[in-house]
Amino acid sequence: MSDCCHGTDNWEELERGYRAMLPADVLAFIDANRAKEHSESMLIATLHMVQGHFGHLGPGHLEAVAQLMQVPLAKVTGVATFYHYFRLQPRGRYLINVCLGTACYVKGAEKVAQKLTEELGIHFGETSKDGIFSLESTRCVGTCGLAPVVMIGDEVHGPLSPSQIPTLLEGYLARAAEDMMANSASEPK
Amino acid sequence: MSLSAPDFYRSLADRAAATLADRDLDRKILIQVGSATCEHAAGSQAVAEEFARHLRASGRNDIVIHRTGCTGRCSREPIVGIQVPGQIPVKYERVNRDLVHRIFTEHIQSQTPVLKHILDHTGEALPEREFMFCEGSRCKGPGAGLRERFQALLETRGIAPQKVRAAAASCFGACGLSEGAPAAFVLARPEKVLYQVATEEDLVALIEGHVLEGRVVERLKAKQEPIALEFLERYGDVAFFNRQSRIALRNAGVVDPESLEEYVAYDGFKALAEVLTRQDPDWVISELTKARLRGRGGGGFTTGAKWAMARKQADATRYIICNGDEGDPGAFMDRSMLESDPFNIVEGMIIGGHSIGAQKGFFYIRAEYPLAIKRIQMAIDICKQNGLLGADIMGSGFDFDLEIRLGAGAFVCGEETALIRSIEGERGQPKVRPPYPTDRGLWGHPTVINNVETFANISAILRFSGGWYARIGTEKSGGTKVFALAGKVKHTGLVEVPLGTTLSRVVNEIGGGVSGGKALKAIQTGGPAGGFIPASMQDMEVDFEPLQKAGSIMGSGGMIVLSEDDCMVDIAKFYMAFSQEESCGKCTPCREGTTRILEILERITQGEGVPEDMDKLHRLSRLCQRTSLCGLGRAAPNPVLSSLKHFRDEFEAHIHDKHCPAKKCVALIRYEINAEKCIGCTICARNCPVECISGARKEAHVINQDACIKCGNCFDVCKFTAIDRV
Amino acid sequence: MSQMINLKIDGETILVPEGTTVMDAAEQIGIHIPRLCYHPDLSLEGNCRVCVVAVEGFDHGLASCATRAWDGMEVQTNSPMIRQARRDIVELLLDNHPKDCQTCDRDGNCELQNLSYRMGVRERHFEGRRKQFPIDATSASVVRNAEKCILCGRCIRVCGEVQGVFNLSQHGRGFHTVVGPANLAPMDESTCIHCGQCVSVCPTAAFIEQDHTERVWKALAHKRSEKHVVVTTAPAIRAALGEAFGLPIGTPVTGKMVTALRRMGFDAVFDVNFTADLTIMEEAHELLHRIRNGGPLPLLTSCSPGWVSFLEKFYPELIPHMSSCKSPMQMQSTLLKTYYAQQKGLDPKDIYVVSVMPCVAKKFEAARPEHVVDGLPTTDAVITTRELAQMIKSYGIDFLKLPDGDFDHPLGASSGAGDIFGATGGVMEAALRTAAFKLTGQNLGNLDLTMVRSANGEIREASIHLAGQTINVAVADGLQNGKVLLDAVKRGEKDYHLIEIMACPGGCICGGGQPYPPLGTYTLDRGLRAARAKALYDIDSAKAIRCSHDNPEIQKLYADFLGEPLSEKAHDLLHTHYTARTPRGIR
Repeated sequence: MSDCCHGTDNWEELERGYRAMLPADVLAFIDANRAKEHSESMLIATLHMVQGHFGHLGPGHLEAVAQLMQVPLAKVTGVATFYHYFRLQPRGRYLINVCLGTACYVKGAEKVAQKLTEELGIHFGETSKDGIFSLESTRCVGTCGLAPVVMIGDEVHGPLSPSQIPTLLEGYLARAAEDMMANSASEPK
Repeated sequence: MSLSAPDFYRSLADRAAATLADRDLDRKILIQVGSATCEHAAGSQAVAEEFARHLRASGRNDIVIHRTGCTGRCSREPIVGIQVPGQIPVKYERVNRDLVHRIFTEHIQSQTPVLKHILDHTGEALPEREFMFCEGSRCKGPGAGLRERFQALLETRGIAPQKVRAAAASCFGACGLSEGAPAAFVLARPEKVLYQVATEEDLVALIEGHVLEGRVVERLKAKQEPIALEFLERYGDVAFFNRQSRIALRNAGVVDPESLEEYVAYDGFKALAEVLTRQDPDWVISELTKARLRGRGGGGFTTGAKWAMARKQADATRYIICNGDEGDPGAFMDRSMLESDPFNIVEGMIIGGHSIGAQKGFFYIRAEYPLAIKRIQMAIDICKQNGLLGADIMGSGFDFDLEIRLGAGAFVCGEETALIRSIEGERGQPKVRPPYPTDRGLWGHPTVINNVETFANISAILRFSGGWYARIGTEKSGGTKVFALAGKVKHTGLVEVPLGTTLSRVVNEIGGGVSGGKALKAIQTGGPAGGFIPASMQDMEVDFEPLQKAGSIMGSGGMIVLSEDDCMVDIAKFYMAFSQEESCGKCTPCREGTTRILEILERITQGEGVPEDMDKLHRLSRLCQRTSLCGLGRAAPNPVLSSLKHFRDEFEAHIHDKHCPAKKCVALIRYEINAEKCIGCTICARNCPVECISGARKEAHVINQDACIKCGNCFDVCKFTAIDRV
Repeated sequence: MSQMINLKIDGETILVPEGTTVMDAAEQIGIHIPRLCYHPDLSLEGNCRVCVVAVEGFDHGLASCATRAWDGMEVQTNSPMIRQARRDIVELLLDNHPKDCQTCDRDGNCELQNLSYRMGVRERHFEGRRKQFPIDATSASVVRNAEKCILCGRCIRVCGEVQGVFNLSQHGRGFHTVVGPANLAPMDESTCIHCGQCVSVCPTAAFIEQDHTERVWKALAHKRSEKHVVVTTAPAIRAALGEAFGLPIGTPVTGKMVTALRRMGFDAVFDVNFTADLTIMEEAHELLHRIRNGGPLPLLTSCSPGWVSFLEKFYPELIPHMSSCKSPMQMQSTLLKTYYAQQKGLDPKDIYVVSVMPCVAKKFEAARPEHVVDGLPTTDAVITTRELAQMIKSYGIDFLKLPDGDFDHPLGASSGAGDIFGATGGVMEAALRTAAFKLTGQNLGNLDLTMVRSANGEIREASIHLAGQTINVAVADGLQNGKVLLDAVKRGEKDYHLIEIMACPGGCICGGGQPYPPLGTYTLDRGLRAARAKALYDIDSAKAIRCSHDNPEIQKLYADFLGEPLSEKAHDLLHTHYTARTPRGIR
């Protein structure tokens, strides 16, 4: 019989590689869920955890999740691209979220949004070239009393007027600079 | 009959009472700081820390900082409540670190409230006593009349307003508990005594006994406490609050959301104990049906009927789900309830699970609500630790578990079948109905989905009876509804009123009317699925059917106030842009139709509308309404149709005259400098991004209309109102 | 016995079993409700909304495909409101669709175009922005054009539910929704296994096959001066080609097919059925060899390249089980460039081999790097039945008037066993006929092994006792069925000797390259499968020689050229190997 077939089941090796891509708590989560009924329904929760760890969902992460959860990759990417909460691109150090909910809109959120795009030189959904700011819009943060509202990271700023934007951004730039200096100072030479 | 549930409850209640008694809060000075997302955003955590610092420095042990949830008075956060025993509680608005110092030193330590910073203050000194009379807008009770008589009697006796004030409140939510003659409830503060008065003699007895002799008039004491008494006691002095009827929100701003003991102390889990003692789901469902409780998420479907439908399914595996997706922009009541009174929602879920025969329940909470998620998870964990969730709840033999599932930023997941798909780990795209979730829902099993607010009402209804709840509302809809009032209104916040209250009362009497002294143009209800009620119809009663007839919907309770400065074409475009972006894309009419409608509206607001556009808008809107797969698509054109119906003239102005009457649409407005007012200070020219304003110093300036980009900077910076927007 | 219920459709009362959809109920009284996303063999989506009907008591339309009738229901299928709504929906689809009907592959054969015409859509009211996506032509077999997609979801459903591959999904949301593989990666970087069922179910030209007609035309044009252009036809072609010319489904057109090919200018017309017989010779011996010598069992048939891709991506650990035999097409092409070239005294470089296949995966197979002989690709072009039909039409040939022709020799004669390769279970039946002879020394009394035939998509199992040897076999068509079988094998539940798996439901007769069925019939339809299969079984029954080993040309081939089955030469030319592929599929 000629040696006609290179049958390989390198699943162990593949699995090792996939597991190396994800942090331990996510792996534990996936493993615990595999044993439960309807394990595939934990996909969204798993993606939240991965994004919480890495800041976004990269193609490698998605493939690892698909393989380890045994959910077709097309379905995983289909889900990841459906929900706006999931980011497939790495984002900047500070995520600026402009609330465009009704209350904020009525109080002039569009002008604030416009000013931000001008100051940062990017469109919504993009990240500034220096990687400091990402700009997104959201629908109603639930703090309508402070309309118009902008969230930077977890901090809520409002009521904001367009003229306050440059100072606001400068504050964060300064913070970013400090952080980066502190980090480089603490790095071993 | 479960014999152990009543015992369990008794021991739980005793434990809670003992814990609270240990804290002895009634005899201490309470500093109440709100802890929910709005409060945090406004800085309440820093305020709480500052108070803590002061407290430590003072070394006093008779002062306690009490964390509560959110009262829903958002635009004035951080709000701090100070309760000194023997005095009427006081609320401060917009508290910052400096004000903390003043409050602590002046009010707490020196007994001098800082009058200027009191919530909705009028500058008057605070009265020593206050009698709040219930004046339901709908029950036509004797409250208002009795209050006036009381006021007159006080004057006759020369009792000054600083000593005793008579205030008007709304429905206490305690109707039907009086016997004999129609009576009004009167809440006497700070003693926190609730009376029932019917006659002039009763009023005299109050003055002589309670006011002059300083004792409780036993014969007039109300036999049963209304549901939101605690809330009224703390917040009743503010019109925004005392005109509300808090049932779903009764504990918001009263209890520490993370304390099981406080929740139990305010009759928490009493309803569940009753349910698990009776072991009679039919009783629960019949009470809910009597209550005429209708889905508070907007569907308005009778809750009792929905639960009954699930119960009669052959499939024994069932699920109950709490819809906490709250995606309507401008709606935040669900968040507030989840953050401020999580145990109440949990209790409602457990009762629901038991009644429909479910073994498991899910909270579906949008990921953008991290604090709500945290509080609900905490409540679930604490309940598990205390035998209120998991196996053999309260010793009744009922096993039930709750789990949180996160949303991920899709408004469409508020739709029931899409929500189910999302929990199943799929793209949140709705499925064809029928079959309905109660027939085949989550993983093919019968499923009941209810809104947070619906669950928030369950324990109250079961404690006070369905009939009581029904009486508070209208003929078709029982109880209250929480509205998230926002927009061009003075007081932004959460307003809970009996169904049937007029829109005008909500917006004007409670909300304080249109901000900035502008004229009311319309009130938008129901979020992106709703319509506009023009100012001419503001006296209509708020209920499911009347709103539908007026071309809008109840929705989840979002209520946006629009003034003369709002362009109805622009607002319609705003809502359509929202729906178009949130469309899941599954079905043709919504995916393509909302895009085309939006394109037409964009053209119109840019001055490129053509006469056929209005017909096209109608045609596409009808298509979406009639053929879309789910409620999002069917309702997406509502703002457009409603706007066309009530404000057709604005559309015509945009299309035919290329003019925006509200002066909002950038492409259709012009900025012109009024030469008579302009003093030539050049500030506008210096702020013009395209340098299109010319003019020498001290001479009237001119805007070059061809170059002007209509940014509005000049308008904003001119100090002499010399620039007109036309 | 399900309950019967009454409902009223357009004023007429009818009685139907409980659970019948409104669409099916309407069909019974001759009302064919227009539809797009509906497919009877796929799960119900109800997303196109074309099939909405007005139901008493509802203020909005309900999708008739997904709504089950209830007792007392009153339906209007054609009220003015519904008619207007349908037209508006079609208009909206057209507004987000390229305007190039005349140059489109589905011109005249497109479900959207048909619907638009029948609805009477003659004006466009709502034009605005249009989606823009690049065309993905990276796959050897299919071309994906997202601009022509109407988001009906049929491809997703067939790829998932029927094939178990789940290569496709919707991505994004709302107006920006687009269908594609994971990460919207190019198809040749996805888990696509090339079966082409997406092409079969697509109502428009969003999925079509890779075109090979151009290269064939070129080859024919250079024929006299440079190339000797030969064509070979698969069994399934003759059972379906006639449909493209209006003949009833299942009309065999073998003779006309041959004549048409000659008229087109091919130097020789051969039949892949011949090498189907050859495959049986090699494979039957391979099976017996493994049974006797303890080779990996079950043996898996290997003629379906979609199935082979599937194994390589999803079950690579089972590769040792796969038969090393090449597919009949590849055996034919190989022989053409060796045996035939020698016989005719031609330089293999001057032979251009065109295969007509019902299959788009064969285009992928032809491009596999291992299919070369002396550095030349064995198969130069693969055209589908559809492409052939289009070429015949463009040539001006009036197919229906053609006289019957005969295949050329020596690679054109086949036994009935070769013909039935085109139907699911055919390879198994052919293999068993020869295995029986090999084991018992004589042919089976009844050569019609109906227990391995099926037009209903069921998995079949059978045991045959031959001279003291029991052979357990199983047959699956459609890869979801294949998965079920393979998983059972992996769990050690079953003890099969031979398994036939075809990627396409129904077998090759319903392959990704077969003619689109006429309007009203769907590609996975059981009746369609049965009719096309019957054509092949009838050809088989009518032949004198029905077993591969009885084919004299096969015997001659071995005698003159190959020696005997599994000989070194046979191995060299007629056997191949497989490799695990990425991306790794998820089962």
